[in-house]
Amino acid sequence: MSRSDVVVTGLGATTPLGGDVASTWDAMLNGRSGVSALTQEWAEQLPVRIAAQLAVDPASLLDRVKLRRLDRSEAIALIAAHQAWADAGLADSGLDPERLAVSVGSGIGGAVTLLTQDDILEASGPRRVSPHTVPMLMPNGPAAWVGLELGAQAGVHSVASACATGAEAIALGLDMIRAGRADVVVAGGTEAVIHPLPIAGFASMRAMSTRNDEPERASRPWDKGRDGFVLGEGAGIVVLERAEHAAARGARVYARLAGAGITSDGFDIVQPHPEGAGAIRAIAKAIADAGVAKADITHVNAHATSTPVGDMAEIIALRTALGDHPLLTATKSMSGHLLGAAGALESIATILAIRDSVVPPTINLDDPDDGLDLEVAANKARHLDIPAALNNSFGFGGHNVALVFTRV
Amino acid sequence: MTRDEITAGLAEILEEVAGVSPDDVAEAKSFTDDLDVDSLSMVEVVVAAEEKFGVKIPDNEVQNLKTVGDAVSYIEAQS
Repeated sequence: MSRSDVVVTGLGATTPLGGDVASTWDAMLNGRSGVSALTQEWAEQLPVRIAAQLAVDPASLLDRVKLRRLDRSEAIALIAAHQAWADAGLADSGLDPERLAVSVGSGIGGAVTLLTQDDILEASGPRRVSPHTVPMLMPNGPAAWVGLELGAQAGVHSVASACATGAEAIALGLDMIRAGRADVVVAGGTEAVIHPLPIAGFASMRAMSTRNDEPERASRPWDKGRDGFVLGEGAGIVVLERAEHAAARGARVYARLAGAGITSDGFDIVQPHPEGAGAIRAIAKAIADAGVAKADITHVNAHATSTPVGDMAEIIALRTALGDHPLLTATKSMSGHLLGAAGALESIATILAIRDSVVPPTINLDDPDDGLDLEVAANKARHLDIPAALNNSFGFGGHNVALVFTRV
Repeated sequence: MTRDEITAGLAEILEEVAGVSPDDVAEAKSFTDDLDVDSLSMVEVVVAAEEKFGVKIPDNEVQNLKTVGDAVSYIEAQS
């Protein structure tokens, strides 16, 4: 297999912290929380009444008729993809559509459409169910819409690996370019399931924070007072490009996607391996694939979702696979947990950390867990020289994905 | 209900469902060729028209409704 270098030439996002990458990154560097109380009537009955909701409503950006055909996860994937596409300067670049692919996944897909249309079915009968229901709820819908609007003809893919989806979609893009299947891959993740049923399901697992009275303090990775993750919604998209292709058109390059490691635990459907065995192998594979020295990886954007078990298992994995030198952060402390979009948003944060030589803070880290023996950018952004950085993502099902980005 | 009233009612539905400007809706216009109503949106138009005009429009009838005028005639005959 040819081993083309792959670089990142465009970024796009709409998140609880901002309607685009610049505003999201600014909020992260300033340690702002995107978590707020759910004031909707349906939230009153729930044990969890907080979430990280989008800063900018997609309805303010897309026309009404188009929105009738799009699940919210599809709408925001399109918004982020168009941002990334414009950012990459590919609009009138003459890119051959047969060399353009899409890899955009979602952890849960069009669940809100499914539930909304089921309400219509129950109340008004089958004839009232929207003819757009299936393309709105199908899990490949976001990827398909992005491919349709950008005219991608080299393949449209939608991986699903729960909370590792966004990172795995990016890893797939890397593989596609290396294998020569595409010159450009629009890759990332999207999620929009702030609805009582998914919240009730996660809450029944006791996976979510119930710190309802202090929304902005609820997501607190590695803090002794952490009590679960905070659900977020949003989309993150990166434009991956064969390095020679980017150089030939004089594209601005953010960073190199140097390597990826993917493993599965084979241990439990939802519990992470207590010693992070699968995570250790994923990190080691990513480092080997990237061909970088561990010492050069000075920063890690951790998966760290603010759950009691997962946060510490990742620390063990990082210490074992990488060492005790990197400066960590958990941007979920601010964005909440975007599930299938998390790995994509956090890849964007990792890429910008490399570009700006700065590590965004982990907010709410007031009383660190006794097992936290690695350094974290607690509560304030820290300047740091970052030749290379690691982004971890893990998902229900035992999915482990590690990505290594390097400075160009 | 007059043909003009039915046309106006269809125009409201077409604007809501497919974003068609009411000014563009006339009996001679083809749903697909002139008004860009695709097959899925046409399903929505039919269901909304059944509700609005209190008629039944069976699926095998829909393929015969090429123009706004065809739909007006069908609804006029049923109501």
